[in-house]
Amino acid sequence: MARMKFLCDADRCIECNACVTACKNENDVPWGINRRRVVTINDGKPGERSVSMACMHCTDAPCAAVCPVDCFYTTADAVVLHSKDLCIGCGYCFYACPFGAPQYPKAANFGSRGKMDKCTYCAGGPEADNSPEEFAQYGGNRLAEGKLPLCAEMCSTKALLAGDGQIIAQIYKERVAKRGYGSGAWGWKTAYKEDIAT
Amino acid sequence: MIATPLFRHLFPALLAMLLCVAPVAAQQPSAVNPTASSVTEKQLLDALKPNSTDTIAGRVSIPDVRAGNLIQPTGVEFRAYQTTTIFQVGAIAIPGMLALLALFYLIRGRVRIQGGPSAQTIVRFAWFSRFVHWMTATSFIALGLSGLNLVFGKTLLLPVIGASAFSAMSQLGKFVHDYVSFAFALGIFLMFVMWVKDNLPALRDIRWIVQFGGMLGFGHPTADRFNAGQKLMFWATILGGGTLAVSGYIMMFRPVSFAISAMQLATVVHGLTGVVLVAIILAHIYIGTVGMEGAFRAMGRGTVDLNWAKEHHSVWVEKVARKRPKDISGGPAPAPAE
Repeated sequence: MARMKFLCDADRCIECNACVTACKNENDVPWGINRRRVVTINDGKPGERSVSMACMHCTDAPCAAVCPVDCFYTTADAVVLHSKDLCIGCGYCFYACPFGAPQYPKAANFGSRGKMDKCTYCAGGPEADNSPEEFAQYGGNRLAEGKLPLCAEMCSTKALLAGDGQIIAQIYKERVAKRGYGSGAWGWKTAYKEDIAT
Repeated sequence: MIATPLFRHLFPALLAMLLCVAPVAAQQPSAVNPTASSVTEKQLLDALKPNSTDTIAGRVSIPDVRAGNLIQPTGVEFRAYQTTTIFQVGAIAIPGMLALLALFYLIRGRVRIQGGPSAQTIVRFAWFSRFVHWMTATSFIALGLSGLNLVFGKTLLLPVIGASAFSAMSQLGKFVHDYVSFAFALGIFLMFVMWVKDNLPALRDIRWIVQFGGMLGFGHPTADRFNAGQKLMFWATILGGGTLAVSGYIMMFRPVSFAISAMQLATVVHGLTGVVLVAIILAHIYIGTVGMEGAFRAMGRGTVDLNWAKEHHSVWVEKVARKRPKDISGGPAPAPAE
């Protein structure tokens, strides 16, 4: 099976936030939660770069390591998913995640967070693929339909790439070779313990 | 793909001819590196080493400004704490304390009332003191069990009872932990107010500590209402419980101004204080029940045997006899306090 990854080419991202909107719409993401966000570094200064960031579906994911109820699992495509039925909303995954991916709907009183929500790589959850139950809790399951995450598919400049890690790394390498520069694959060192040599 | 290099070679020439300028100008794109001043992940990660609490932050267009933290490297340390540190500290402190207490019991046995039970009793704790003690005690047991479940449950319980039963139990535990905390925090506060004046350090505490309270047979040191051991237990409870309450309410209410590193710190402090306090309280439970004859009824009935009081709290007995003689009652010796 493929090892699915995200790659954001910061030299292409124009901070249009279409990925954020696409994600919210495709997955019916609740108010107050952004599974994907665009962060602009050095805003207004020379070297400004925007990076679209969500759950990176890490190798040896920290969220899964710290979860006290073991609600995370990794699919055959190396997508890190979780069960909202098992989640108790303790918040540890948010503290361990390097990318701030886990978020909580803050549904109840006295600091109860509700069930954690994060990017599913458009791969739903443990329920049956594309069932109403799955959609209600996790949103769409494009992967089961043979499609890639909508954020990457909608990206107007093709800055955000999703797919087999080796293939998108190769695309990025070719881009860098062709245009002569590249500020690197953001998050790869942290998430996958590797970098793309360019 | 084939067309592209051709186009690339033709384009500058065409452009030069059209604009009638030197071909050098057309090579500008390759002379300028647009990434020269932009940061890369590696640069930022290097700049943040070692053990920095800084985050790689930028601007976001969504209302939650904290989402601007692109990467927070302290997550690695939090992971190490959560998966290793707290587990090891707890696994050493709690069974270690139980082993120590078992060893102490084997060597020393039960601390008996040396003079034997007397016919007289003395009032030790009024009903309100006992109510506060048991409110704090029961809530601490609920908090301790539900807290330890989050540290050890995944390893010890989850494989036995299965994921969904364990999750349901942990979810209940989390609610219990959140709500019962209020009773515990109130109890800590009330205990502090009630007993602080009797728990201030005194000179005779040094002798008590040197003789280990007479428990190993170096004679019975004098003590006022609380001896040095009890004072240490009081301060461990007040400071430990206070730390748990403060860090716990930070975790529960998550003040908006608190950065993620502050939240991680609160979680680490809460967990470590919790397992250490559980270990300390085990010693308290031991000496208050099986460890010492006549001790439990102080918090049970509120009165203690006069001989017990004279042995452990000689100064206090003298004071009570002088100030409140009514608190000492004659009468038949009560049944043993188990």
